[in-house]
Amino acid sequence: MPENTERRENASRPMGGPGRGRVPGNVKLSSIDKTTLKRTFGLFKPYRFRIFLVAVLIIINSVAQVLSSMFLETLIDDYITPMLSSSSGVGFSDLAVALMKMACIYIVGAMSGLIYNMIMAAVSQGILKNVRDNMFEHMQTLPVSYFDKNNYGDIMSFYTNDTDTLRQMISQTIPQLISSIVSVTAVFISMLTISVWLTAVVIIFLIFMFMIFGKIGAKSGSFFVKNQTSLGKLNGYIEELINGQKIVKVFNHEEKAEQAFDERNEELFENGSKANIYASIMGPISNNLGYILYVLLAVFGGFLAIKHTPNLAITGVDTVTLGAIASFLTLSRSFIMPISNVSQQINSVAMALAGAKRIFTLLDEKSEEDNGYVTLVRAKVSDDGKITETNERTGKWAWKHPHKADGSIDYKLQRGNIVLDDVTFGYEPNKTVLHNISLYAEPGQKVAFVGATGAGKTTITNLINRFYDIEDGKIRYDDININKIKKADLRRSLGVVLQDVNLFTGTVMDNIRYGRLDATDEECIAAAKLANADEFIRMLPEGYDTVLKGDGSGLSQGQRQLISIARAAVADPPVMILDEATSSIDTRTEAIVQAGMDALMKGRTVFVIAHRLSTVQNSDVIMVLENGRIIERGNHESLIKQKGKYYRLYTGAFELE
Amino acid sequence: MDEKTKRKEQNKKLRLEEKDYDKLNKKLDKENKSENSKNNKGVIKKLSRSIREYKKYSVLSPILVSGEVVMEVLIPTLMAKLIDYGITPGNMNYVLKMGLILLAASFASLFFGVEAGRVSSIASAGFAKNLRHDMYYNVQNFAFSNIDKFSTASIVTRLTTDVTNIQNAYMMIIRMAVRTPLMFVFSIIFAIRINMRLSLIFLAILPFIIAAAALLFSKVNPLFRRIFKTYDKLNSVVEENVRGIRVVKSYTREDHEISKFKSISQKIYFDFKRAEQTMAFAMPIMQIASYAGIILISWFGAEIIVNTASTDLTTGGLMSMFTYCTQILMSLMFLAVLFVQIVMSRTSAQRCVEILDEKTDIKEPETPILTVKDGSIDFEDVCFSYSKNSERKNALDHVSVHIGSGETVGIIGATGSSKSTFVQLIPRLYDASSGNVKVGGVNVKDYSLEVLRDNVSVVLQKNVLFSGTISDNIRWGDENAADEEVKKVCELAQADEFIEKFPDKYNTYIDQGGANVSGGQKQRLCIARALLKKPKILIMDDSTSAVDTATDAKIREAMRTEIPDTTKIIIAQRINSVQDADKIIVLDDGKISDVGTHEELLKRSAIYSEVYHSQLKGGDENA
Repeated sequence: MPENTERRENASRPMGGPGRGRVPGNVKLSSIDKTTLKRTFGLFKPYRFRIFLVAVLIIINSVAQVLSSMFLETLIDDYITPMLSSSSGVGFSDLAVALMKMACIYIVGAMSGLIYNMIMAAVSQGILKNVRDNMFEHMQTLPVSYFDKNNYGDIMSFYTNDTDTLRQMISQTIPQLISSIVSVTAVFISMLTISVWLTAVVIIFLIFMFMIFGKIGAKSGSFFVKNQTSLGKLNGYIEELINGQKIVKVFNHEEKAEQAFDERNEELFENGSKANIYASIMGPISNNLGYILYVLLAVFGGFLAIKHTPNLAITGVDTVTLGAIASFLTLSRSFIMPISNVSQQINSVAMALAGAKRIFTLLDEKSEEDNGYVTLVRAKVSDDGKITETNERTGKWAWKHPHKADGSIDYKLQRGNIVLDDVTFGYEPNKTVLHNISLYAEPGQKVAFVGATGAGKTTITNLINRFYDIEDGKIRYDDININKIKKADLRRSLGVVLQDVNLFTGTVMDNIRYGRLDATDEECIAAAKLANADEFIRMLPEGYDTVLKGDGSGLSQGQRQLISIARAAVADPPVMILDEATSSIDTRTEAIVQAGMDALMKGRTVFVIAHRLSTVQNSDVIMVLENGRIIERGNHESLIKQKGKYYRLYTGAFELE
Repeated sequence: MDEKTKRKEQNKKLRLEEKDYDKLNKKLDKENKSENSKNNKGVIKKLSRSIREYKKYSVLSPILVSGEVVMEVLIPTLMAKLIDYGITPGNMNYVLKMGLILLAASFASLFFGVEAGRVSSIASAGFAKNLRHDMYYNVQNFAFSNIDKFSTASIVTRLTTDVTNIQNAYMMIIRMAVRTPLMFVFSIIFAIRINMRLSLIFLAILPFIIAAAALLFSKVNPLFRRIFKTYDKLNSVVEENVRGIRVVKSYTREDHEISKFKSISQKIYFDFKRAEQTMAFAMPIMQIASYAGIILISWFGAEIIVNTASTDLTTGGLMSMFTYCTQILMSLMFLAVLFVQIVMSRTSAQRCVEILDEKTDIKEPETPILTVKDGSIDFEDVCFSYSKNSERKNALDHVSVHIGSGETVGIIGATGSSKSTFVQLIPRLYDASSGNVKVGGVNVKDYSLEVLRDNVSVVLQKNVLFSGTISDNIRWGDENAADEEVKKVCELAQADEFIEKFPDKYNTYIDQGGANVSGGQKQRLCIARALLKKPKILIMDDSTSAVDTATDAKIREAMRTEIPDTTKIIIAQRINSVQDADKIIVLDDGKISDVGTHEELLKRSAIYSEVYHSQLKGGDENA
């Protein structure tokens, strides 16, 4: 039920630790499906030329790096050794030329490094902006049911944790991956030119290394999951207990609360430190495996050389020279380094892809369907009763109804007549919440719904403004099936004041103007006056320019409700839905709010949902709902006379929950 | 073509926007600078108090890291030797011998590395544990006013996300902060050992790279600070949007929301792009420096080798110099990265310290009184204001009243008339700003808080049940209560009947927030919980609003007969909840407007009779 949807607080900060409460699945590369990978790459599409340029620049940069690691050999073999023997004719001037050449290569390399990093910054931030904007834009099209089903914390982490892991992957991991691949390939070819046998040793060792990585990775993964679970547990506990902190104080329960907290805190420490241990020993292990390989190669290569074993290289067959082995050893270092770097990144890639997958799930959520074609337009009624469309503000609106069959357009004045005809509905299949509801509201009538929580009061209004679509039956607005009306136009013609007031960060004026964005200041103030809100707004430190923050937390519940009524008033819709709008206000304040609402209701069709019967007494018709059925209907007097449920509610003999 | 020009125009617009945005920010940054630099030292000092038993690990970690660094510096020289004296001359014995030494060194390095990882993980996780513990314990000391100040959502975030941020930064610090300078020092020492003159090259490059790092740091720092603030804004837009989605959709304000969101995500784009583009200089600067080092070393190294005929420098030595060159520069760059990390966690650190620093507004007396004589209550000219700012209106204004022990007192008044405030002063949930509140003839400030609150039991208006069984929840009142006692108070609160109807009876599990019981049932459970304390004073703050009138009457009747000696204070919206009380207090705008019995008040209090008559309508027809 939407009325009971519990939304968790989660103001997690970006770039922070893992999200609260959510336990991520096992992070393994194998669990990431190909479509996610493909779609992640798809994000780069608008930037493909720049990405291509970046790839080229990365290659240049890596080549310069590889050359620098190989330069030593050239230096010794081609310059220093010959220079030592005076007969060679190689002098310092030659060295200077060679060094100048190298310097040029280096500068080109470093410059390309700078440029690709600059481009990458713009690309990765651009992608992230696109992702965020797309998510938010798409989210606006989702049906209300999506927000009822998903809690706030989870939705929030799409924008924080998930985009942030994506950021790290795009701006750091991917460039590193490309450059690692380039150097590994370059070094691998160089290794093959020296010796196939030795390269084989390296490959075998590599397989062994990956096996160890796999073992550690699995362990680390399982502790990572445990860590997330106990983090979720602890956070859940904190959330529950801090929310009830005042009760804790009243019952002197502090020590107990502390004990239970410590238990969970200790558990998190146990699992968290283990997960961290596994993550942080990956580096030293791969480093030292590199050293072991080095020794292995030295011994094996040494034997090959001393025993004069025929050597196989891609350049041909000869014997292994000692100099070649020395170079090979150096190369093996440059080979292992990028591989171990990459292997340490695997966790972050897996996490980023898991994040990406969640983002894609959001983007794949089905938007609200809208096949409506009837629109609401400003109308002018000529003396002979003919309705024409106009841009002037006549105060009159009409439904513009194009008929597909003959292409003609029909205008019908908007009056505010609502009919529910045998409506049946359930939020989930097989769980019917409303059974065969039929009712009508003439323009200007006030219709009230009374009943316990879960009886289906709010559901009816959810259907009228098409937050949910009905299964069976029909709802008509001015004799038009609401399925034919464009959702935006339908909702524009319905004003809603809800029990839970939601205000937005901004001035009081901004919040009132939310009802109609082109309303002038004067119109907003007039609406506030109508809603009885003007008086208290003027008492605020900056009057209408007072900035509200955190859902108007500085205001009382009644004041917030008055602003939301003013907001509805400025929208000036012909039909109003007031859902428990005064339930959390005491009787005296309610009188003020009620006066505001009465003014607002004048001349409109109004649906009122109320817990308190005093609010609904003057309605034209009152419907008593129970378990999704209308069990009594009539006006106050006739219902009292019936001496049924309404009567018992009214006399307080019955408990409404 | 069309699309291209469109995009071009868009880009142009974007650039213009970016320029405007820059101008605006320059001003803001200047203002921010002064306020931020002050309180850094205090923050670190306060946080470090939470290290405690993990100090051992925190100290051990750098030591082990040092061992790791020594090995990492040593190993390249061993490798060089293996080549110089083993492979090149074809000395297989040397290769084997050196290989073994190298293996041993590698195992030592592995040991240091793994241990350092283990110890630092324990240290940082332990530090985080203690920090959370300290913060949580301090929150337990918070008075209501302190809780109000922070808001629960913000306390939760600080205890969770912010602590995690600090934990990550701490791990970085105990590993990297030692590692990088050590790496730097050792590399220089080894380099000097190989050749003094060549080592001077490092000294020449050093100032350049330090200056570059400092410059980058100073540029990036304000950007990140701004990014965090913008992120907060982005989050609040999403939050308000998700929470208010019904409002957004009702007013079809989707486009409006999208443009609001986009203008903020645009700012993040500008700033983050700028920050990353600034950071983009880091790598090339590092590379240029190390390449410059390599070229200089090659030139002067060649000169030394050729001119001295290899007595001062071997080719192997030259190779090691190359390695040290990169190591030294790397360590410097790491240091810069470390700084950025610390900057990023600084905001979190400040937020945590705010919790640690918060002093409770309600203090225990030095020599507390441990018994409450009886349930009498006196208010002597009490004023109370929620804000310390004296200009704000008092929530309670010169209130004086006497309530005798064992009396039943009703309180009536409009929202904002300070009914709840009035009763919350009795168990000292808030302290009166002036005047005295007395319980059993003694000022509430002289009691031990625990004793006072055990004797003054409040059923709060906004009440909460916790996840756990029903009897767990009731036992909050007294954890040692026998099952019979639990049942007894539930009977008193008219809760026993519905509890017995649950399949699991008293072992029925209550979901978080009591989501699986109805409002009226929840209120009755909360009353039972408060009764189990056997208080001398019981306060019910609108605690039966969701209970039907018949049950409400039964609860009051049970209290009258079963706990006659307990002083009962009942706040209610419904007149019939208070009409048989010994005394009814009518509060109006923080002042006592009248005190009397139902009959007296009907005669003389306009407010009371107004409320009475407004509720009488209809109900009376049948009375």
